[in-house]
Amino acid sequence: MLLVGLLVWEAAIPAQKAVEELTEYERLTGAGAAKAGVPPPSQVIAKAWEQLSNPFYDAGPNDKGIGIQIGYSIYRVLTGYFLAALVAIPFGFLIGMSQVAYKAFNPFIQVLRPISPLAWMPLALFVIGDSEASAIFVIFICSIWPMLINTAFGVAGVREDWINVARTHELGPVKTAFTVILPAAAPTIVTGMRISIGIAWLVIVAAEMLVGGTGIGYYVWNEWNNLDLTSVVFSILMIGVVGMTLDAMFGFLQRRISYVE
Amino acid sequence: MKPYLSIENLTQRFPDGAGGELTVFEDASFGVEKGEFVVILGHSGCGKSTIMNILAGLAEPTSGGVIMDGVEVKGPSLDRGVVFQNYSLLPWLTTLKNVTFGVAARYPDWSKAKVEEHATKFLAMVGLEGDVIYRKPSQLSGGMRQRVSIARAFANHPKLLLLDEPFGALDALTRGTIQDELLKIWGQMEQTVFMITHDIDEAILLADRILLMTNGPQACVAESVEITIPRPRNRTEIVEHPNYYAIRNHLVQFLGKRSKELSGRTAVAGEINRPETVRIDKTEPQDDPEDTRPALVAVSN
Ligand SMILES: Nc1ncnc2c1ncn2[C@@H]1O[C@H](COP(=O)(O)OP(=O)(O)O)[C@@H](O)[C@H]1O
Ligand SMILES: [Mg+2]
Repeated sequence: MLLVGLLVWEAAIPAQKAVEELTEYERLTGAGAAKAGVPPPSQVIAKAWEQLSNPFYDAGPNDKGIGIQIGYSIYRVLTGYFLAALVAIPFGFLIGMSQVAYKAFNPFIQVLRPISPLAWMPLALFVIGDSEASAIFVIFICSIWPMLINTAFGVAGVREDWINVARTHELGPVKTAFTVILPAAAPTIVTGMRISIGIAWLVIVAAEMLVGGTGIGYYVWNEWNNLDLTSVVFSILMIGVVGMTLDAMFGFLQRRISYVE
Repeated sequence: MKPYLSIENLTQRFPDGAGGELTVFEDASFGVEKGEFVVILGHSGCGKSTIMNILAGLAEPTSGGVIMDGVEVKGPSLDRGVVFQNYSLLPWLTTLKNVTFGVAARYPDWSKAKVEEHATKFLAMVGLEGDVIYRKPSQLSGGMRQRVSIARAFANHPKLLLLDEPFGALDALTRGTIQDELLKIWGQMEQTVFMITHDIDEAILLADRILLMTNGPQACVAESVEITIPRPRNRTEIVEHPNYYAIRNHLVQFLGKRSKELSGRTAVAGEINRPETVRIDKTEPQDDPEDTRPALVAVSN
């Protein structure tokens, strides 16, 4: 399947004319410059080979290896994401355990949640000032909601019987939270975490296109400006691979902590 | 002298949803002695679970109180173990971990090895040995799950063990086996047990005394029937005991007819509403030859 697809793609792209064959007119209009077109798979594979054999080279601000660019993106995603988890999970516990807290905070969550994370960018840039921190903030804000809502939902849905087991065994509130509520709600919480990491990875590309400097999003945009579509296609594939890996990690975690009632 | 467990003037009312109040039971008073196996029998909805939740400390009565071993019951405690109808095992823990969970809570200063050894011993007492103790509850049958739950409760040596229709969801054969196991483990432990059921035969097989509840709303504990069949009991042998059918008939009569007639009786203010003690014993020599009725002697206390 994949192979056939790649062959069709390869065949669909007309070979570029050799420069000698060009007419005078074509030469004048600049068609002689390497023409930007969708690259055939062979070129992308060659590019991938070239990039992946030396992913961490650093030849100045506009020429860094794909490994370095992805590293920057992952660093931003994970920082923002873990800060969000640090806030969302305890806060979700609070909202899930208390009807009052739920009623008090729910309207705010409902208003803040549908805001596109990129809409926060100008405000973040203005308030925080630093573009790096702003990108992390945007990741923070976009990954917080699924984790918060799922944690609250999971905690609120813990069966009364299990809470009663904790109560009849005289477990304190902290012990109950860690030995009963957390494992009981874990599948729902991790589902939220998995959704969040997916969204964070989607958003980082767009955020880096805006703030620039480093990262896979910036790299894609930069290569587009260079009209290097081979690199663009290659980095699109890399974005997919990294996203898939992040998702698979949470999928694994999800299988580990899931249980059958 | 107060009994070991004393239930005093317990009243429970709930809002009935239409602005009024629903009195589940009113001024219920009874006692349970140390080491006694007491079964409470009554129709569905008469408030048995409500009483049990109060004894467990999981719910608060509207008025009245419970005193165990001289101390008023306030909130749940490790001194009162509970076996719920739906087993209430933690599904993410293995069978063994479900028991060690309780043991570790009861004996926080025990080593991990000692906790596991203790838990394994009690699982073996209900017939769970070998690989099966490393399985999750979802991989066990209903009967096995209830065994785990019973092992968890007994392993903690509570002062009072509460069982809420523990065999209600099991098929008759499994129920029989686990009843036998419960009897065996109870015989070894001298555990005080308070159990809810709506199965008459189960009650006769297990109990020292059966408390009979009238129908709700406004139910009361009307009678306390002594089971005058010697232990150890065996389900096939007790039916041949002369008292078996007399007791059984009395219980069937009560549940079939009198539980309805007696329901809704309002308590006389200030009076303590103890259940009437009923002792049916056909093996005793009859003192009163004129009395040709079945030997039914009512003693009020
Ligand atoms: N939390 C509650 N709120 C309102 N009514 C309740 C509540 N708990 C129990 N009841 C009512 O009390 C009555 C007794 O219930 P329950 O103790 O569960 O009966 P049983 O265990 O004997 O079948 C029922 O009519 C039930 O609807
Ligand atoms: Mg019940």
